[in-house]
Amino acid sequence: MPKKILVVDDSSVIRQVEETVLVKAGYEVASANGGKEAIRKMETATFNLILTDLNMPDIDGVSLIKQVRASAKHRLTPVVMITTESKDSKKQEGKSAGATAWMVKPFTPEQLLSVVKRIIG
Amino acid sequence: MGSNDQLESMFREEAAEHLAALESTLLELEQRPQDPELISQAFRALHTIKGSGAMAGFDAIAAIAHEVEAVFVQIRQGKLQASPNVIALTLSAKDLIRSWLDPQVQVSTDATARMHSACQAILELAPAANPEISQAPREQSRNSDGQTVSHVRIAWAPHPDYFQNGSNPLGILSELNDMGSCQTTTNLASLPCLEELDTETSYLRFDILLQTTKRENDVRDTFIFVEDRCDLKISISPAAPKQVDTTSPASETQPALAGTSSTLSSGGAALTPARQASPSNRPAESASSIRVSAEKLDSLVDLVGELVIAQARLALLASNRADDELLSVAEDIGRLSAELRDNTLDIRMVPIGTTFVRFKRLVHDLSSDLGKEIQLETEGAETELDKTVIERLFDPLVHLIRNSCDHGIESQEVRRKAGKNPVGTVRMLAYHSGQSVFVEIRDDGAGLDSVAIRKKAIASGLLDETAKLSVEELYKLIFLPGFSLAKAVTNVSGRGVGMDVVKRSVEALRGQISITSEPGKGTTFRLQLPLTLAIIEGLLVAVGEGKFVLPMSLVEECVELTALDIKRSHDNRLTNVRGELVPYIRLRDWFRSAGERPAIEQVAVTTVEGKRIGFVVDGVIGQHQTVIKSLGRMYQNVRGLSGATILGDGSLALILDVPALLRSVQQAA
Repeated sequence: MPKKILVVDDSSVIRQVEETVLVKAGYEVASANGGKEAIRKMETATFNLILTDLNMPDIDGVSLIKQVRASAKHRLTPVVMITTESKDSKKQEGKSAGATAWMVKPFTPEQLLSVVKRIIG
Repeated sequence: MGSNDQLESMFREEAAEHLAALESTLLELEQRPQDPELISQAFRALHTIKGSGAMAGFDAIAAIAHEVEAVFVQIRQGKLQASPNVIALTLSAKDLIRSWLDPQVQVSTDATARMHSACQAILELAPAANPEISQAPREQSRNSDGQTVSHVRIAWAPHPDYFQNGSNPLGILSELNDMGSCQTTTNLASLPCLEELDTETSYLRFDILLQTTKRENDVRDTFIFVEDRCDLKISISPAAPKQVDTTSPASETQPALAGTSSTLSSGGAALTPARQASPSNRPAESASSIRVSAEKLDSLVDLVGELVIAQARLALLASNRADDELLSVAEDIGRLSAELRDNTLDIRMVPIGTTFVRFKRLVHDLSSDLGKEIQLETEGAETELDKTVIERLFDPLVHLIRNSCDHGIESQEVRRKAGKNPVGTVRMLAYHSGQSVFVEIRDDGAGLDSVAIRKKAIASGLLDETAKLSVEELYKLIFLPGFSLAKAVTNVSGRGVGMDVVKRSVEALRGQISITSEPGKGTTFRLQLPLTLAIIEGLLVAVGEGKFVLPMSLVEECVELTALDIKRSHDNRLTNVRGELVPYIRLRDWFRSAGERPAIEQVAVTTVEGKRIGFVVDGVIGQHQTVIKSLGRMYQNVRGLSGATILGDGSLALILDVPALLRSVQQAA
């Protein structure tokens, strides 16, 4: 059974890139255009990993991470936050919300895969 | 368009911050060109500028950052040095980027080209020109391909909440495994038994020996996402990876024995349950520790003791001189020596968990010897006690556990018939309370049989047939020498030596032992112990010309004793403390002190073994924290005294051993 990954980003370009890279590597990928859709998708399916942007219009990444950590089903699921801000404060905010790892945009396909692989194999 | 403008201004702001940080890093790097942390900081700043520059459409800035970053990649890998040239180049690149952040400034392709060729010139130096840098340090050796192989030792302890953010240690272990030849030892010492296991708590620690061609930074990077959720220590070990204590085969099979040596380590709570180790009070650095011989610590404590005494004299002198300057120095020294004393004593504190694990083995062996099924539960393994107290406590605890297993816990059939769990439980718990540490041994066995104790005591001639004793008093009889309840003498117990030895050992530690027992439910032995042996919190009292110290842990209150009180009690040596009659001992009489009795005496009311006893003294001087001195060989067997202390004025005060003193008085009566 391939591992299932949920990618969350309001930019369709980023979602497309992530999806292409991860599907090619053999993962099953679902995508959401924001926090709200992500939460809806997590109710109907179970994911092994969640990749989320931090700046999103409806529910931002940090609140999404907090909701994931509070949910019964996904509270121990790894979450990678993807951020354009390399500012430590933002990273710290995500980390204390419960993010497992982080990546700074822009990233190469290799960087994405190495982070995903480190976390879920 | 709007979002693009926003992105650009965001980048300008962010890049300016990174450039400022880069500048200060470079200036520091000039002083310490080898500092790997500074090199990484510079690299990260350039890397971020490059990444976000490309995102925001500042391609020229990204290109410059990329050129200089490439130089720092080589420096990070040790192929280049952060020479003054490199630093000058980087500074000018920084200035260039800063100027281009201004929307008014035109990007000059000339400048880009110049920067490119300058970087290339430096990069060309990389492979051969600086051989002394790429040369393998002593701890590295070359493998057959000519690459340097280093032996990296990693001590990795994920925090108990490690899983809570979705982290999994397996990913990191497999990544390390991919880096080279990797030997991982899992330390199970903190793993609780199955019933207590919380599947969402991390209990494991890993000791990893890695032979890799990667550099230390690369190994460290593996942990980047988890570094604040674990204690991590990475060290390049000397050439051949020797068997290190924690990775020895013994620790794999018998983690229980790993912590039994008397060496101390500041981060040495290896056997403490993981859930007690909160990230806030155990930063990653605290994992580093050094081993020091116990004698060195003892002599340090002695010296600090002398210092405290000298300081007390100084304080006394200073207050007599009425010299403000001297007084302020004396106060400073007083504060510092108090701090020094606390820190020194703290070094000697070790978690009692180190002995707990040894008992797991003992109980396991006893259960098979006795043909019973017994499990040992422990609680409070992190409770810290003075090293000496823990060492001297070991034998008494062995006696108590043996007793609980042998006499306390019933055979499986008896337990089944009584409707109990056929598996007996012995619980050891330790906790702090006030100036004392309590250690309890509880069994869920049959409880003490007060009737049998009474019969046995009468039969052995220890008790008069007509004596009327409360249940508690009967229980205490088992501490008498030569008393045994065992129906048959077994290997384990029943020889009638043991409980009296236990009591004496505990008292020698200035501790007390008490029993509670409920028939059919079990028995609890409760040991009250002082935190440390080197220092005593005492009540300083005066009797005649002499001064004495009563351990504060025993003293409850002080009341006056007037001639009227004595008359009222008809000289029965009883005083009325708020309605309760408390017998007292007049120390003046007992020590045959010279001089006149004051008209109003003081009674220090103590509680010893659950009974209140007063000690009548001429006057109470006050609370006194003091360093205990032994009485020396000549006087060490004097009953009723446990040591002496030197007071600030240089005079001597004797420390009373209250339980022993009471026994002497009772025997004399």
